[in-house]
Amino acid sequence: MLFNIPWNLSSNWTFAWSILPILLIGLEVTIKATIFGFLLALILGLPLALLRAVPFRIISWPTAVLIEFIRDTPLLVQVYFVYYVLPDYGLIFSAFLTGTIALGIQYSAYTAEVYRAGLEAIPQGQWEAAKALSLQTRRIYRDIVIPQAIPRIVPAMGNYLISIIKDTPILSAVTVLEVLNVAKIIGDRTFRYLIPLSMVGGLFLILTVISSVLVRYIERRLPKEGIPLK
Amino acid sequence: MTYTQMILVLLNGFKVTVWVTLISTVMGGIFSFAFGIGKMSRFWPVRIISDGYIEIFRGTSLLVQLFWLFYALPLLGVSLSPMSAGIWALSLNIGAYGAEVVRGAILAVDTGQYEAAKALNFTPSRTLWKVLIPQAVVEMMPPFGNLVVQNMKDSALVSLITLSDLTFKAQTIRNETLQTVPIYVITLLLYFLLALVLTGIMKWLERILTTASGREGVR
Amino acid sequence: MKQKPIARFEKVLKKFGDNVVLNEFDFEVYPGEKVVLMGPSGSGKTTVLRILMTLEDIQDGVVYIEEELLWHEQKHGKRVAASNAHLRKMRKKVGMVFQLFNLFPNMSVLRNITEAPIHVLKIPRKEAIKRAEDLLEMVGMTAQKNMHPAQLSGGQQQRVAIARALAMRPKIILFDEPTSALDPEMVGSVLDVMRKLADEHDLTMLVVTHEMGFAQDVADRVCMFDHGRIIEAGTPQEIFTTPKEERTRQFLNSVINREDTVTAPTVQPDRDK
Repeated sequence: MLFNIPWNLSSNWTFAWSILPILLIGLEVTIKATIFGFLLALILGLPLALLRAVPFRIISWPTAVLIEFIRDTPLLVQVYFVYYVLPDYGLIFSAFLTGTIALGIQYSAYTAEVYRAGLEAIPQGQWEAAKALSLQTRRIYRDIVIPQAIPRIVPAMGNYLISIIKDTPILSAVTVLEVLNVAKIIGDRTFRYLIPLSMVGGLFLILTVISSVLVRYIERRLPKEGIPLK
Repeated sequence: MTYTQMILVLLNGFKVTVWVTLISTVMGGIFSFAFGIGKMSRFWPVRIISDGYIEIFRGTSLLVQLFWLFYALPLLGVSLSPMSAGIWALSLNIGAYGAEVVRGAILAVDTGQYEAAKALNFTPSRTLWKVLIPQAVVEMMPPFGNLVVQNMKDSALVSLITLSDLTFKAQTIRNETLQTVPIYVITLLLYFLLALVLTGIMKWLERILTTASGREGVR
Repeated sequence: MKQKPIARFEKVLKKFGDNVVLNEFDFEVYPGEKVVLMGPSGSGKTTVLRILMTLEDIQDGVVYIEEELLWHEQKHGKRVAASNAHLRKMRKKVGMVFQLFNLFPNMSVLRNITEAPIHVLKIPRKEAIKRAEDLLEMVGMTAQKNMHPAQLSGGQQQRVAIARALAMRPKIILFDEPTSALDPEMVGSVLDVMRKLADEHDLTMLVVTHEMGFAQDVADRVCMFDHGRIIEAGTPQEIFTTPKEERTRQFLNSVINREDTVTAPTVQPDRDK
């Protein structure tokens, strides 16, 4: 029994059917962690990208090293780091929040690079033309650069969203009851690992297929030349 | 615990991490070529198997695959040690991503090369191994470089099936000493160092292969 | 020429999707003949070469090489699509030189030429190297034999590509716009090699080119293509000086006006071949 839902061990099929609702509770946590982690990565990546692009090496170089450092070290260790270190400084969060923060940090290093590549892909002529019209910097960004950068940024971000889905089981290492952890607990208690773990595999497959279809759909709908302005 | 003791314990785990990373990367490379080429095969069963492998291992989570091999597979009569379960899971996982890299790079070779080989009556396998792959391999190197670092990072997950790698050792001595900050800082730095070394090796390989593939421009 | 044709197209249909490139196409080439195919782009002349090289299949009709079906086989008295084995056998009779050379960048010049003779024709290595060296001498590339294609100019690469095709000793050699990707100053050296080849060998040559000077010197027959048909064929003299078709005239004018580099056809007494 887990989350007050009992399982039925009389046959493989009844077992599978009886644990499905339990797994779906775990799946809900997985999806929430994915969404919050992704949003956090989108937010944190932006300042990293901007600091990286600052023309002073005193700032841009350490930012580049930081991005590389976050990218090159395991998410699991980062999760442990956040989980065990933050409380030492009086910052006590739930396991779920801790894991989500770690996901956000890890993926901010990736999103930062996406923002940077998106901005760099804007042809030099666009900047020059905008300056020739003496537009303010703020306007150049708002009306010219960002609308053109979005169609380049979105597909890459979509791929990282799918990666985040597949990385959420790592949060089980700090007791988050996401879907894999739930399946593992069912296995530990019934000694039947095969069915719950295979079902989790199937659930992830469904989740990633749905999200890639969604990402491709959005990608196709985006105008290649940029978001049209009225 | 002094820092020296700490570092010595962590280095013990580091050796396991390096070992697991290297073996699973090499095996993953083999899977990449086998299934990446398999997906382009003229024989449909080979295509279906390759495609199924790629979709399943890319579509599910590495930790699910690892737990499945370690906890579920024994119920089907195959028991793997933590070491072999870890290496199999890592290499099968990274191989699925690598297979797409291999396929993409081969398909990206100029069709003129394929036509010239056909005009000279090369067999399909000679065309593949002597013409297409030697050229495609250069294109594969940058994404392979990313996958190698990815695989190294993923290797930390083997600590969750009790293999005493760097992450596992860090956890163990943290529980004993509670010196959380220095332990994790050293651990992260060791991973970062390994990533830099691996990236360096891949860049070096890329340079060698670029020369060998005849990409050097006019002298 | 009352011999049997070495290559023959009969009522060939070739489509790319809905786009019909060749329809009811008939065409014959005789052994030793040098034929130049001309016409606007998209008129089907390159497709003719690519069908002979088995790079493009056909939807209807038949193609013969040396009186043998190219894209079909007789099996149990029925005509069926050719197997890979049959195509491999037929392909040995044909060689091709591509517009973009398509040398293998991962092999040295020498190995580009010896690879197929050694591994496809199973010729002893020594003999293949000897053959390659003779050919390199003929195309004037002996000094570069150990270099890689990327170290050569376009003209040099194309001369190597010609040697590579010849090393297979084909009965027919196809040239698909061999000089159109070259810088103007490189064109001459490649055409010289092709002239030499035409003079010294009784090889059958099919050349898609807009080089009228070359056609004038070498061709036994010039075929003018338009919309997948040969609208006019004859000696270079006939086609270039007294074209019957208005569209031939238009095309020739456009070639002369477009490319200053095209050597204008010098009116010479037709060499007897």
